[in-house]
Amino acid sequence: MSSAATAHATHEEKLSFWRKYIFSVDHKVIGKQYLFLGMFMALVGGLLAYLMRWELAWPESPVPGTGWIPEPTMFQGVVPPEFYNAIVTMHGTIMVFFVAMPILLGAFGNFLIPLMVGAPDMAFPRLNMMSFWTIFTASVVMIASFFVPGGAASAGWTGYPPLSANPVYTGVNWGITLWILGLALEFASFLMGGINFLTTTVSMRARGLKMMRLPLMVWMQITAAVIFMLSVGPLIAGAVLLLLDRTAGTSFYTVAQGGDPLLWQHLFWFFGHPEVYVILLPGLGAVLEVLPVFSRKPIFGYKAIVYSTIVAGVLSFIVWAHHMFVSGMNFKLVMPFSITTILISVPFTIILLAMMATLWKGAIRFTTPMLFAVGTLAMFIIGGLTGIFLGSATADIYLHDTYFVVAHFHYTLISAVFLGGFTAMYFWFPKMFGRMMNETWGKVHFWLTLVFFNLVFMPLFKAGLGGEMRRLYDPFQYDFLKPHQPLHKFATIAAILLFASQIPFLINFFWSLFKGKIADRNPWQANTLEWTAPSPPPHGNFEIAPSVYHGPYVYSAPNMNMKEDWQPQDQPLAS
Amino acid sequence: MFDWFPKNISTYGGDIDAVFWLIFYIVGAGFILGEAVILYLVIRYRRKEGRRAAYIAGDKISELAWILVPAAIVLVLDLGIDFAGGEAWSKVKGETPASDIKVIVTGKQFNWNFTYPGPDGQFGTDDDLTLENELHVPVKKVVDLSLNSEDVLHSFFVPVMRLKQDCIPGRKIPAWFEATETGEYEIACAELCGYGHYTMRGFLFVHSEEDYAKWTQERWPPAAADSTQVGQL
Repeated sequence: MSSAATAHATHEEKLSFWRKYIFSVDHKVIGKQYLFLGMFMALVGGLLAYLMRWELAWPESPVPGTGWIPEPTMFQGVVPPEFYNAIVTMHGTIMVFFVAMPILLGAFGNFLIPLMVGAPDMAFPRLNMMSFWTIFTASVVMIASFFVPGGAASAGWTGYPPLSANPVYTGVNWGITLWILGLALEFASFLMGGINFLTTTVSMRARGLKMMRLPLMVWMQITAAVIFMLSVGPLIAGAVLLLLDRTAGTSFYTVAQGGDPLLWQHLFWFFGHPEVYVILLPGLGAVLEVLPVFSRKPIFGYKAIVYSTIVAGVLSFIVWAHHMFVSGMNFKLVMPFSITTILISVPFTIILLAMMATLWKGAIRFTTPMLFAVGTLAMFIIGGLTGIFLGSATADIYLHDTYFVVAHFHYTLISAVFLGGFTAMYFWFPKMFGRMMNETWGKVHFWLTLVFFNLVFMPLFKAGLGGEMRRLYDPFQYDFLKPHQPLHKFATIAAILLFASQIPFLINFFWSLFKGKIADRNPWQANTLEWTAPSPPPHGNFEIAPSVYHGPYVYSAPNMNMKEDWQPQDQPLAS
Repeated sequence: MFDWFPKNISTYGGDIDAVFWLIFYIVGAGFILGEAVILYLVIRYRRKEGRRAAYIAGDKISELAWILVPAAIVLVLDLGIDFAGGEAWSKVKGETPASDIKVIVTGKQFNWNFTYPGPDGQFGTDDDLTLENELHVPVKKVVDLSLNSEDVLHSFFVPVMRLKQDCIPGRKIPAWFEATETGEYEIACAELCGYGHYTMRGFLFVHSEEDYAKWTQERWPPAAADSTQVGQL
């Protein structure tokens, strides 16, 4: 392996610009490509959220700054109802599949897995390059769908037929077809990625790196990859059927010709629920890496966390029908699904308590990544606990499809994906780009984000309990929802400020990219293997193939002094 | 605790709300406890000169008990929530109680159609009556609904009844409620059904028994029915 590493290192100089930065087979460059793609798509998804929130606060009034968007998409800045449905649909689709997945799995999975397992690259570097260019194509298809006649998909991000199956119901023709196509390409991309993640972890680990010595981030990434690979098949099948219904006149989901709309819901959620864990686990993985480093303690209960993750992964496959409690499926099937759903709280309780126990008796240093890690933990608790209401079939009768659901999943996903993603970004930035990010601006970014995130989504719980349905172009058509308008105005202003709170991050990110303080190999004094490679690591990663002697979280062991309270994985334990 | 729900006027709404409150208190305690512990830990154990972190790997059972015991408590509470919810669930979504008032609810982009069987009690006969966006029912009587849809999925949502049920083309899905108070209430669609989704609004009129009798008499006047028979003779 060392010869391979040197070979990589020596021929790096000869690569052309295109080979080095565009069609690169280096997992680190590919990881950065995913990161920039995800950040760009986050901007698109965020702007859609702006249009949506404005519409909810001041229905049918012009959205500032959008007067230039031509008819029939907008009418002098006013969102028409058809486009509102497209906004809702595309915001969900983009945020889950084109922001969360590229950043948490694509960027950090790609960048970290080979480095953390001590490998020179992914097992299949060319497949890796192809996976990026496939999702790039998928993103182009998704964005292009805004510009086709009839506009983008507008049947909700869940795409329930018959609404999604026939253009007569939405007036959208090409938009939904391109939506299915874009998603199919995206799934293909992550299948390639998942194969790479798994193969690399299983077969390319450094000497001595047993599975139970893997950093938890790697465990989270490969569990996510396995969950994705096992769940995506039924959805791809379902999507092909939907595509055939739309284009070839079949009727898999059309009742009049013997189809069944519920078939789609089963196939969709058999994937859709595990998908939540696919994007959530890597976010928690980042938190699990950061907590020990900045409390200078071993992670509490490493094995308990690994087993809990696997149990949660398995359970995620037998809970899908909790999205369908009031769908009209057999009412006797509901209770078993309610029980499995609520049971998921047990493994997650273990993971969250292990995180808290890691802080206990630590020596906590509040760097920006640590602030984001603790923030993720604190917010994820809200997301998890509110899930219990929806997991209970009885409470779900009332809460289903209300803003309570919207608030719940934003607390779950924004904490794990958004705050967890920032945890990862601030923590591994020095390794990725060889420079440090500015701490002060990082802290400003953290506090603004934390405050405004809560101000946007906390009020939505109240809207949901008041019975407000999701996806209403103008909620105030209903008398019983009229009192909610001040709530929505509040959330909208907070959302605009949350959006603005990302400006310090963007400035910090791009400024640090070029002007930040040069980072040394191991600025945080962490143990895992990626910190033993240069910052940024060269093509081929390690000068010498590392050997591993112990687990990743040996901090403040009794025989260590206060200054040198860590023990990198590639150095034998001092006795 | 707080008064954010719409008023409940159904016989089973209280059971659903009770499950909500049960979860609310359990989860609320978990929330306060969890956040308080985090706050305490980050304040108490922030880095100080001369104090080092303790080496606790949490791999011994005695240490793991700190997280396994709470997890076991969570498991018990989970099962309790499921058990408490099960009864209410089967009451609301299980067998419909016997009823004289039967209505077919049909969702259609973007209206609710309510079909009454008329005095003969049979659907599909000449005296059927279909009303657009108006559901008239008597108070304190079980109303037996059969839900379906003509085009896409809709979701029949009556907030004051705590009743929500999707409507699917090609299926007859049963649902029921019994109102405890008279009045006029809103009916909504809770499933995205197209560009006019937000306008799919109906009204529920809960009448007193006399008013309901009067309403049925106006719709199906006995005299008129007699005169048509005379005419046919």
